[in-house]
Amino acid sequence: MSLITTLARLEAVRTGRAQSAATVRHRHLSDRPLVFVPLTTAGEAGAPLGALAGTDRDAPHLLVVPQPRDRDLRFAFLAELADVVLPHIEAYADAVEAAERTETDPETGKRVKVEVDLCADAAQLIVPSRAGVDFVRLLGRSMRFRRTAEQDPEAPHPAPPRVPLLGRWLTHYGERARVPGSSLLLAMTDLLGRHWATGQSTLEDQHLGALLAWIDPPGGASGAEAALRAELARDADGQLLCPPAGPATDPAFDNKLLAPAIERYDRARTALAAAEDGQAADERLGALTAAEREIRALVESRTRPTWDAVWRGLDLLRELPAGAHVEDRWTRDRWSFTGHRDRILSGEPPQPRRDDAVTAANKLATREREQARLEAQEALDDPLVMAGRRLAGEAFAGEVTDVVMTYSEGKRPSPRPLVTVRTEDRPHLGDRVKVYRSLGGRPQAAEFAGQEAEGVLVLRIVDKMGRGKEPEAGSVPEKGDLVCFTLFEHEQRGGARLPDPEQTPWTHGGPPGEAAAVPEAADAQTEEDIL
Amino acid sequence: MDKASLASALGSPAVFGQSQFAFMRGNAFEARVKADGGAELLRLVHDKLDRSAEPPAGAQVPALSATGPEGRAARTSLALREATEAPGTWTLLDHPMLALDVAGSPAFLEPDAVVVHPDGSWTVVEIKSFPMLDGSADPAKVGAAARQAAVYVLALEQVAARLSPSPRVRHRILLVCPKDFSNLPTASAVDVRKQRAVTDRQLARLTRIEDIADALPEGVCFSPDLPADELTAAVEAVPATYAPECLSACELAFHCRARSREAGAVTSLGRPVRAELGGLSTVEDVLAAARGEAGDPADPAVAALRRAAALRAEALATAGGGAL
Repeated sequence: MSLITTLARLEAVRTGRAQSAATVRHRHLSDRPLVFVPLTTAGEAGAPLGALAGTDRDAPHLLVVPQPRDRDLRFAFLAELADVVLPHIEAYADAVEAAERTETDPETGKRVKVEVDLCADAAQLIVPSRAGVDFVRLLGRSMRFRRTAEQDPEAPHPAPPRVPLLGRWLTHYGERARVPGSSLLLAMTDLLGRHWATGQSTLEDQHLGALLAWIDPPGGASGAEAALRAELARDADGQLLCPPAGPATDPAFDNKLLAPAIERYDRARTALAAAEDGQAADERLGALTAAEREIRALVESRTRPTWDAVWRGLDLLRELPAGAHVEDRWTRDRWSFTGHRDRILSGEPPQPRRDDAVTAANKLATREREQARLEAQEALDDPLVMAGRRLAGEAFAGEVTDVVMTYSEGKRPSPRPLVTVRTEDRPHLGDRVKVYRSLGGRPQAAEFAGQEAEGVLVLRIVDKMGRGKEPEAGSVPEKGDLVCFTLFEHEQRGGARLPDPEQTPWTHGGPPGEAAAVPEAADAQTEEDIL
Repeated sequence: MDKASLASALGSPAVFGQSQFAFMRGNAFEARVKADGGAELLRLVHDKLDRSAEPPAGAQVPALSATGPEGRAARTSLALREATEAPGTWTLLDHPMLALDVAGSPAFLEPDAVVVHPDGSWTVVEIKSFPMLDGSADPAKVGAAARQAAVYVLALEQVAARLSPSPRVRHRILLVCPKDFSNLPTASAVDVRKQRAVTDRQLARLTRIEDIADALPEGVCFSPDLPADELTAAVEAVPATYAPECLSACELAFHCRARSREAGAVTSLGRPVRAELGGLSTVEDVLAAARGEAGDPADPAVAALRRAAALRAEALATAGGGAL
C-alpha cells in the first residue's frame, strides 16, 4: 500500500466516509453481468447449500440443496445451476466477429496472419468476495471430471448431462481470475477495495457489508458505525443482521436455524418413504414440501442481502468513468473466452488436474506480464495511481522549460531534441536511463541526459518523430508544455517462446508421452450415498 | 480465564463458533480414519513416514482413560514408555494427553493421535477435515495444522526427555485429510522443524504469568459479573497492542479494536501502515503532519507525508472529481 492510499485511509477515518483510491474504473463491467452468490455447507468440500444466480437484479434464481449431504440433491442443484449459467455463456459464445491472429505455420514455420473468430463480447461472472472466486474454482474442479450416463453407462452415479461442461467453464473462469487485471470473474470486495480506501484495514475490507457501509453509509450514519453494525449487529434470535457474503455461513445460523430445518426435512423424507397408502403419502409429501420450502426461505434470507449488496456495488462502480485501457484488457479476456470456447468445440478433454510443465510456465509468464501491464496501464489511466508512482520515484511530471534541437551522429542525422523539464518529483534516474511518455496513446522514449540543477532534468527524445530530418509536428514537447514521463515501460514485451508440450525438455519431466493421451479418471466416489 | 465471557461482559462479544455441520463432519472423518484399531491410520504412517519398517499388523492400542487431565497425562507417559520399551511393534495412542509448560503454568494438550514406531520413535498425527485436492490443501490451513502439531512435538519432547534412553520424536508429522471430495483418508508428511523452533523460542520468551500479575495493581479482578466500566478499567491495566490480525485469533479483539480506534491508533489500519509512518502513531498526528500543521519537516516520514498529500490533492484536482 502506498503512502497515498494510507493517507486516504486516514482521511476516511477522520471523515467517516471512504475516500477515492482511483479516479477512473480500472475493471471492465459488462452491461449484463451474471451475479452468483453461493453458500456452502460448513466442513464439507464441494457440498453447496444453495445460491442466488442471474442477470436480473429483481429476479434472481434461487437454487437450494435441502440436504447437502445427499448426492442426488447436489446433482439436481448443479444441473439447475448449469441451466442458469450455460445459456448465458453460450449466448456470448455464439456471437462472433472476424479478427486476425498471428500463428506459426506448421509447414513453413513462418509467422502468418490467419483470420479467426473472436467472440464479440464475453460473459462476465461476479461473486461477492474472494472466497467466492475460490468456490467457483472448487465447483469447477468438482464437476469437470464427472461422467454422464452418456459418456460412461457403467458409472454408478452418473452426473446430469451438462454438469461436466459447466465444470469446465467454471474452471476456466477460476483460472482466468488469477490473471491480474482480467475481468471475466470478479469479486465485488476486490472491485470496491481497488477503487475506494476505507477507514479500516484491508483484512476487514474482505467483509462486503462493512466495505459498502464505508463507501455508502445508509441514512447519514458515519462509515465506522455503519461498518460495525454490518459486522456484528444481531437480531433477537442471535442472527447477524448482515449475513456474511459467503460461501461460508455464520455458525449461529447453521446451529440455530439451518440444522433443525434440515432435520425436519430428513424426518419428512423418511416418513414419506415409509408411507403405506396413497393418502398417507399425499399428506407426507405435503409435509416434505413444507420442510423444503422452509429451507429455501432460510437460504434466500441469507443470500438476498448479499445479492442486493453486490448490485449496489455495481451501481457505485458504474458511476466511475472507465479507464482508457480497460477496453484493451477486456479484449484479452474475450480472446481467453474465445479460446476456451474453441477448445470445447473441438472436443478437447477437460483441463487436467495438474498442468504440464510448459502450460504451467506459460501461465506463470502470462500472469507476470499481465501484472506489469496492469500496473503500467493503471498509472497511465489514472492520475491518482500515477501520483503513487511519482511518489515512489518511478515517474515524474513537470513543465518543459527549454527545447534545444540536436542531431544524432551518423550517415543520416536524425533529430535528437534535448528537452529540459522542471519537476518537483524525485525520480531515481541514472545516466542514460530510458524514460517514456504517452504520445497519442503510443509510448515515446527519451534518455536521461543530465541534471542542470536540483529538479531540472535534461532528456533526449529518441523516437516517434517520423523519418524526416525535421521531427513531425507535435512529436516533440514545446516550451511551457506539461509532461509526465515514467521510468517503467508502457507496453510489455513477451518473454522467450516456450517449446510445445511435446518438446518438453527432460529437465522438466520430458514430453508427456502416452500417459497424457489417456483421459483423466473421474474422482473416486464414496460408497455411501451420503458423504 | 474465560476470555469469551469476559468479552461479552465488556460489550464486544467474540464471534467465534463452530457450525455443528463442520463439527459432525470432523468427528465422523476422524472416527473413520481410526476405525479397526487404527489400521488405516497406521497404514498411512507406514506408507508416508516409515517405509523401511515392517508393515503394521495387530498394533497395540492402549487404553488411556483416567480421571482428570493430570491423570490422563500420567497415563499417556506410562503408555509411551511401555510402547517404546517393546521394540518391533506399532502402537497407536488415541487422544493422548500431554502437559506443556506455558509461561509458568501447565497447559494440557490433546493431539488426535501419537504413533510409536517399531524403532521406538514417536510421530504426531493430526487429523483435519479440510480436503486435500489433487494432492494439495489450503496453505493457510496446513500452516495452522503444522503450528498446532509443532506444539504437540514440543510437549512430546518434554515427555521423551524424562525417559532414558530418550526416544526420538520425529519432526515430520502426519497430516491426514479427506481425499478430494470423498471421505476417504489421504495423508501427507509435514516437516514442522521450523514451526517447532518458532514455538519453542516464543514459549521461552513469553512473559511469565507471575510477572504479568505482579505488574497489575492490587485488587484487580476480571470477573464477568463486575459492572462494565470497572471491568473495562481492569482490562485496561493489562497492556495490549491491537492489530487487525488479532481479529481471527483472540476473543477480546473486538474490545481491543474499539479501544484502539478510540485512541486513534494507526495500527488499527494494519501493521504495515504503522511501519511506514515513522514516529507518528495516531490518526490526528499523521493528518496534522500531512497538512503541514505539525511535525518536523526534516523528519523523512513527515516530508514523505507532505509530498504524498500534495500529490494526492493534485491528482484529485486533475481528475476534476475531488473527494467523494
